[in-house]
Order: sequence, then C-alpha cells, then structure tokens
Amino acid sequence: MQKKKLGIPSKIYIALIILFLYAPIIVMIFMSFNSGNTTVWKGFSMKWYGELFRSRTIMNALGNTLLVAVLASLLATVLGTTAAIGINNFRGKKRAIIQNVSNLPIISPDIVMGVSLMLLFSFLGVIFRFELGFGTVLISHICFCVPFVVLNVMPRLRRMDQSVYDAALDLGCNQWQAFWKVVIHELMPGIFSGMLMSFTYSLDDFVITHFTQGAKFNNLSTEIYSLLRRKIPPTINALSALLFLAIIIIMILINVYERRAEKRAAAIR
Amino acid sequence: MKSKKLSIPYILWMLIFTMIPIVMIGVTAFKDKQGNFSLEPFAKAFGYTNVFMKSLWIALLSTLICLVLAYPLAYMLTRMRKSSQNTVQMILMIPMWMNFLLRIYAWMILLQKNGPLDTALSFLGIHGTYIGNTAAVVVGMVYEYLPFMVLPIYTVMSKIDGNLIEAAQDLGSNNAAVFKKVIFPLSIPGVISGITMVFVPSASTFLVSQYLGGTDDIMIGDVIDKIFWTDQSTGSAISLILMIFIFVFLVLMNLFGDEEAIA
Repeated sequence: MQKKKLGIPSKIYIALIILFLYAPIIVMIFMSFNSGNTTVWKGFSMKWYGELFRSRTIMNALGNTLLVAVLASLLATVLGTTAAIGINNFRGKKRAIIQNVSNLPIISPDIVMGVSLMLLFSFLGVIFRFELGFGTVLISHICFCVPFVVLNVMPRLRRMDQSVYDAALDLGCNQWQAFWKVVIHELMPGIFSGMLMSFTYSLDDFVITHFTQGAKFNNLSTEIYSLLRRKIPPTINALSALLFLAIIIIMILINVYERRAEKRAAAIR
Repeated sequence: MKSKKLSIPYILWMLIFTMIPIVMIGVTAFKDKQGNFSLEPFAKAFGYTNVFMKSLWIALLSTLICLVLAYPLAYMLTRMRKSSQNTVQMILMIPMWMNFLLRIYAWMILLQKNGPLDTALSFLGIHGTYIGNTAAVVVGMVYEYLPFMVLPIYTVMSKIDGNLIEAAQDLGSNNAAVFKKVIFPLSIPGVISGITMVFVPSASTFLVSQYLGGTDDIMIGDVIDKIFWTDQSTGSAISLILMIFIFVFLVLMNLFGDEEAIA
C-alpha cells in the first residue's frame, strides 16, 4: 500500500483512542499518591505503597499468581507440544474431532468452563476426599493453556520438512537426538509463543480461578475481587500503578530486544 | 515422529477435564434438588429471559461500538510507516496487560460521583450521573475488548497485497473506489473474527455490570455466578443455554465468513 503521511484528523482520532485507553489508568496512578483514603485529593503521600507491601494477603496472592502461571505454562507447553506432534499423525475425521475438542476451552465462554470444572472437582472431591485449592486451580489453568500451545505448534509442524528428521537419523542420531535437535528445534518459535500466551492468560485469569479456588486459595485477581467487595482500599491504586510500571518496563525490553534482532538480521543480509 | 501415541496423554486429559465436565453440566441441568430427572431447572432458567435479552443487547451494542471505533483506527494504522505502526500497536496493547478487574475498577474511580469526570464536567456546568447505568456498562465493555477488534482487522488489512491496490489505481480507481472495491471486501474476514472475539466474551462476562451498571443491568454471567453456589441445577441449565447459543453464533459467523471469502 502506498504510504502517505496521516492527515491531522487521523492523528487526532488516534490520539483520542489512546486517551480513552489510558485515562482511567492515569487517574488511578494519580490517586495512588493521595494521602486521603477516599477519592478526594488530600495531598501527596506514599503511604499506600508501604501498606501494599505490608499486606500479607496481597503479597501471598501475588506469589500464588506467579507460581500458578509459571507451572501452568510449563506443564501446558510439554503436554501441548507432545499432543500436537501426536495429533499431526492423525488424518481425516479423527484429526478434526480431536482438534475441535481441543479448541472447546477457547471457544466456550469462560464462565461455562469455570462452572463445569467446579462441578467436576466438587464431585471428585467427595469421592477422593480433597478440597478445592492450589491443585484444582493449577489443573484448570493447564486446561485453558494447552489449546493455545497446540494452536501455536500445529502450523510449524505442518510446515516442517520430514526429510530433515530422516537426514538426522541417517547421519547417526538416535531417535531421541533427532527429536531434540531437529523436531523441537524447528518447533521452538511456536512452542515459545504458545508458552508466552499461556503465561499471560494464566496471569490475568479471574473467572476460572474464581470457580475452582476453594475457600482458602487466592490469586491476585480473586484477591482484588474480594477487596473490591468490601470498601475500596486505596492500596489497590498503588498495586495498579506498580503493575502498570512493570508492564511498561517489560514491553520496552521486548521492543528493544526485537529492534536489536531486526538490526542483526539486517546486518547479516 | 510418526507416532500417534504422543497424543494419548492429552486425549485422556481432554476426556477428563473437557468432555466429562460438559457432560456433567448437561446431566445436572436435568435434575431437581432430590437428584431425579426434571425439567424444572429449565423452567426456572426461562425466568431469566429478560436478563438474557439484556445481556445480548449490551453485547451487541458493545460489539458495534468497538467495530465503529476500530475499523478506521486499523485502516489508519496500515497507512503509517512500519516503525510507527509497531509503536502504536504496542501503545494500544499495553492497557490490555493490566489485570481485568483493575481496568474495571479504574472506570469505577473515573466515573463515580465527585470523581474526575464528574468534577470536570461540573466545572463546565454539566451535571449528571455517569455510573450505575447501561451506558457505563457498555463503556466498560468497549474498554475491555476494543483491542480484540482492532488487532484482527489490522492484521488482515496489513496483509493486503499492495499490487492489488496499484492495479486498481492503474485501472482508474480513485481512493474511495480503491477502498470500496479492494480494501473493504478483503478486510471482511478480520471484521468477522473481531466481531466474534468481542461478542462472545462480552455476552458471557460478569462483574463489569456488577461494578459499573445499575440494578437492572445485571447480565447472564452475573446470574450464573450468583445462582451456581446455591442451585447448581438451574445454574447448569442457564450455562447450557448460554453455551448452545454461543456455538450457534460461532457456526453462523463461520458460514458468513466462508461465503464472503468465496464471493
């Protein structure tokens, strides 16, 4: 497409959308420095940040969120990658059925998946005498992460050249070496983006955790949920501000990394 | 490498954690409190028809507003230099990484009585309430899901072959004609997936209406959440109806998408 400079109206339009997206966050960050505990400005203070770090429940929930996200994305990546390689060997109707069932957690509404897992876990819990908690949340997160891994690995598998694997075998690799050095190496970009998607979805999840967490376990989302049900504590503003800062830093790092990779690629060319 | 066996763990996993739970919803939806077969849960579920319609209305409105806002934005993005495209795309994505609840909470602060918006507009002599109504819920939804509309449309538009556009211009089309005859038809698949990605979650979400809406803005997701802890049968019946509705919607969108692709 021919590139022309955008006109003033277009620029104003983009600026307005960006304002719409950022205004609530900026207001929240501004309020995090308010010394009063309502939304009326009472003067600058950092006290809510201090209180945030002293809040054991919030710090605990943050730890749980990270732990679940790391474990769920790793386990889902292993399960999803092996599954994708297996599914790739199926043909026709069987393959279509497996893939459609695999996609169910993505296309069905979160809330339906949440309540259905809750039914299953409370049923199994009665039989095997366990309570809903960390374990059930982890399993549930793996459930909605695996389909993303499968979806990301599948296209890479389809594009992969079978003869490279055969060549590795001819050149003296055993099956495992060929698998690790050729297959996994080829699939790596897909595996990585599947894992990254899993990680971010797990970090952000509220609905599924809400229904499978049991009485004692909380992740950050459900902790915020229970805080918001009582009167709104200004520590949440401080929490948002810090999370936002973390996101900005991560995004800038990713961007810098990509720019460098692009430059390196350009230099090679 | 040729082995199908590698997929066995996942097939078992799907059986236990995807298929059985859905079957359990189906079974529970046909049970009364004593566990006997009954259609009572569905009778109760139909008592929420109004809520269901309201949810669909809110979701439809949010999807349309997202489309109207996102389409020109996606088009403008494709007209920028590549490096600015990446930057603007990143700027659009960053708020999405914030926690879902915190994003709604931010709107609660912004819209509340004596909040920033109220104060600013009062200054100009405009008085009103901006929270606790359907409009606030729709604004919240648009805020949550706008990037889901922008990204697929932008992706499809930026893949349009520049030669097609040049060919159209060589054959005497002006900008408006190029847009109408080339860019718009080719962007339809992006629009379809954008509509799906916004409509499905906004029809089934909960909390947005609890935090931003009034008492009559309650949505079907809120009903399921409230009812499920005490009455699993009715909760299952409503979930089942919601799920079937969403599947029918997805199938229809798919059909529509395919037809467009052929035409």
